[in-house]
Amino acid sequence: MDFILNPWPWYVSGPLIAFVMALLLYFGKTFGMSSNLRTFCAIGGAGKYANFFKIRWRDYLWSLLVVLGAVVGGFIAVQFLSNGSTSAINPTTVAELNTLGFDNVGQTLVPDEIYALENLSSLKGLALLIIGGMLVGFGTRYAGGCTSGHAITGLSSLQRPSLVAVIGFFIGGLIMTNFLLPLIF
Amino acid sequence: MKYLKFILVGVFFGIVLVKSEAVSWYRIYEMFRFQSFHMYGIIGTAIASGILFLQLSKRGLIKSDEGADIYVPKKDRGMYRYIIGGTIFGFGWALIGACPGPMYVLIGTGVYSMLIVLLAATFGTFIYGVLKDKLPH
Repeated sequence: MDFILNPWPWYVSGPLIAFVMALLLYFGKTFGMSSNLRTFCAIGGAGKYANFFKIRWRDYLWSLLVVLGAVVGGFIAVQFLSNGSTSAINPTTVAELNTLGFDNVGQTLVPDEIYALENLSSLKGLALLIIGGMLVGFGTRYAGGCTSGHAITGLSSLQRPSLVAVIGFFIGGLIMTNFLLPLIF
Repeated sequence: MKYLKFILVGVFFGIVLVKSEAVSWYRIYEMFRFQSFHMYGIIGTAIASGILFLQLSKRGLIKSDEGADIYVPKKDRGMYRYIIGGTIFGFGWALIGACPGPMYVLIGTGVYSMLIVLLAATFGTFIYGVLKDKLPH
C-alpha cells in the first residue's frame, strides 16, 4: 500500500492527469476547470450585466459535477490515501522559503503563512487571497483557459494559441515568484 | 449513471492532484524557481500522453462512448488575449499556488480559506465578462 499512500512520482501522475482529459473527451466533453467560474457567474445572475454570461448553465451541469467530485477526491486523498509523509521539496527551496518567513515547508500542501484561517482577519492576509483569486479568475477567462484547458488539452492537441497562453503563464509566474514574492513576504 | 460518471471522474482527478502534489503551493514555487523537475515531469508526461491519445483518436483508433470522433474544440485565433491573459493568470497562479482545478480540490482537503480565493476568482471572471468587448483579443 505504500506506493499509494506515499506521494506519487511525476511519471505516474502526468499520464493519470492525461487520463482524466481522455475520459472527458471520451464522454464527449472537454477538460477545462476554469469554465466553471463562468458558470458560477451565470448561476448568480451575471447575465443581467454581460452577454458573456447569458449561457444555459444546465448545459454545464456535467462540469459542475466534476468539480463536486474533485472536492470529494481531495477529501478522500488526504483522509484515506495519505500517510502524512512530507513533500520532498528541494533543500535549496526550503532554505530560501525559510528566509522569506515560511516555516514547515512541504509538511502541508499549502503554507499556513498564506492560508491559515487567522490570516482572514488581517488586511494583508485577506488582500493576498482576494487579489490572487481575482488575477486567476480574470486572467484565465481572458486567456480562454487555465492549466487544464491550455497546458494539458491545448498543448496535447498541438494548438498554437495554447502555447502562447502557457508562455504567458510562465512569464507571469516567473515574475511573481522571482521578483514579487520576495517583496510581499 | 448519466451524471455519476462525471462525479467519479472528478473524484479521480482530485485524488490524482493531491497525490501528485500538483496542488502544493511549494511545488509551484519550486517550479518557478527551476529548483525541481517534479512539476515539469508531471506536465511533460501529461502532454506526451495526451498527444498519444489524441493522435490515436485522430486516426480513428479511439472513438467516444457514443461511437463519434473524439473532438477537441479549436481555440479562437488571437494573440493579445493569450499573452496578456496568460501573464495575468501566471501572476495569480504563482501567488496563491493554485489554478482553478486545485482550488476545488484543496477545499476538499480542508483548506477553507480557499473559498475566499474561489469567490474572488469568480468575481475576476465576472469582471472579464463585463469588460470583454473593451479588451484587445
